[in-house]
Amino acid sequence: MQAVHLTTPFSDAAIQRLRAGDWVSLSGVVYTGRDAAHKRMTELLDGGKPLPFDPRGQAIYYTGPCPAPPGRAVGSAGPTTSLRMDAYAPRLMREGLRVMIGKGERSEAVVRAIRQYAGIYLSAVGGTGALTALRVEQAEVVAFDDLGPEAIYRLTVRELPLMVAIDCKGESIWTTRRSR
Amino acid sequence: MPRLIDAALITETVAELCVTANLCVSPDIRAALDGARSCESSPLARTVLDMLLENADIAERERLPVCQDTGMAVVFVSVGSDVHVEGDMTQAINEGVRRGYRDGYCRGSVVGDPIRRVNTGDNTPAVIHYDFEPGGHLTITVAPKGFGSENMSAVRMLNPSDGLSGAEDFVVETVRAAGANPCPPVIVGVGIGGTMDKAALLAKQALLRETGGAHPDSFWAEAEARLLARINALGIGPAGFGGETTALGVHILTYPTHIAGLPVAVNIGCHATRRRTAVL
Repeated sequence: MQAVHLTTPFSDAAIQRLRAGDWVSLSGVVYTGRDAAHKRMTELLDGGKPLPFDPRGQAIYYTGPCPAPPGRAVGSAGPTTSLRMDAYAPRLMREGLRVMIGKGERSEAVVRAIRQYAGIYLSAVGGTGALTALRVEQAEVVAFDDLGPEAIYRLTVRELPLMVAIDCKGESIWTTRRSR
Repeated sequence: MPRLIDAALITETVAELCVTANLCVSPDIRAALDGARSCESSPLARTVLDMLLENADIAERERLPVCQDTGMAVVFVSVGSDVHVEGDMTQAINEGVRRGYRDGYCRGSVVGDPIRRVNTGDNTPAVIHYDFEPGGHLTITVAPKGFGSENMSAVRMLNPSDGLSGAEDFVVETVRAAGANPCPPVIVGVGIGGTMDKAALLAKQALLRETGGAHPDSFWAEAEARLLARINALGIGPAGFGGETTALGVHILTYPTHIAGLPVAVNIGCHATRRRTAVL
C-alpha cells in the first residue's frame, strides 16, 4: 500500500493535499475521545470552560482502548463507530480540531463542518485493535480518568495506517463509490 | 444419581472462554477470511483483508484482544437434566466474566444503568440465556458481542403476505444501512418466526453456528446462498472501503410462528464474530 506520511502537529497544507481514498501513515500525537468524553467536552464549552487539551490543529481518535498488558502503552485500540460523535464534532471543529479518526460514515452536518474548516476525516480499519496496539508508543490520561476506557488519553503513535474517508473538500470514499 | 458440578468449575470455565474468545479468532472465521482473501478481485479489499488476518495473528501471538471492543459477554448455558450445580450458577458465571476480562486485559464496556451510564468496571453483568438438554453434561458458550455490529441490528414484524422475498429484502436493507459501521466483512445472523423476542434470540444464536457450512434444510440453504450473493453485491467491502466481500456468511434460524405474523430479526456480527464453547 502506498501511503502518505503525516506527522503531527498538522499543517493546513498537509491536510489539504490529501484526497479521499489516499492511505495515510500517521505518526505523532492523537487524543482519544468517544461518547462520554465528547458529552463532557461539550458541557465544558457550554459552561465557558476550556477543554482539557488545546484542540487547535489536533486529531481526535474515536477509541476506548483495552487495559495495557505489562510492557505495553495500551491494549487493543481500534476505532469505534464515528456517527455517535456526529452531534459533537462540528462544535469541536469550531474550536480548532482538524482531524477525526474513526470508522463508518458521517452526517451531512459533519461533512459541511469538514469543508468549512478544511478538516479531514480518516478511517482506521475497524477491528484491527491488536495491530494498532503495537503502534502506540506512549499513553497518558489527560482528563476524565473516572470514565475508565472512555477517558481522554494522549497517545503517541507510530505509522498508524489510515484511509482518507472524507477530505477537506467534503469528498468521501462513499460518495465516489455511489456515483460510479 | 444427579451429576454434581461445583459452581467454581463454572467460574473457571467461563473465565477461560472469555479470554480465548477475545484473543483468538475462531478457526472457521479465519478460514472464511482466508477464502475471501483468495477470491477478492479488488486490490484495496485484499489489502484490508490482509490487515485483518495480520491483526488476528498479532492478537494470538502477543496475547492481545482481537478488538478493543471486547463486548458484552453473552453466555449460553445448557444444563443437562441429570446435572445438579452446587452453588449459584448466575453468580458463578458473572465471576467468570469478571476474572476472564481482568486476566485477558479485556475492556470493561458495561454501564450499570442505560441512562445514568456509570461503568461497572469489570464487564459484568453478562447477558445469560439458560436452556436445558437431556443427559449429564453442562454446555457453556461465551459469545462476547461488540456494539459496532450490535447497534446495526434490527427486528421487524413483517406480515405473512411479505413472504420470503419480504424477509430477504429486510435482511439486505439492514446490512446496506449498516455500511462500514459493523466492521465488515460481517456474519449475518437471521432469526425468522416465533415472537419478537424469540426472533431476536434466534438471530443471536444463528451467529454461533460455524461459518462455511450450509443450512440442513435445502429451502433455507438456498435462501442463505441468495442472501449472501445479494449482500456481497452491495459493494460495501472489507472495512467499508469497497469490494466484493461484505459478508462471510448468512446464517438463518427459524421457529414456528403465529398465523398473523412473520417476525424477522437481523443480528450482525463483525469479522471477528467471537464464540467459544466448553462441555463440562
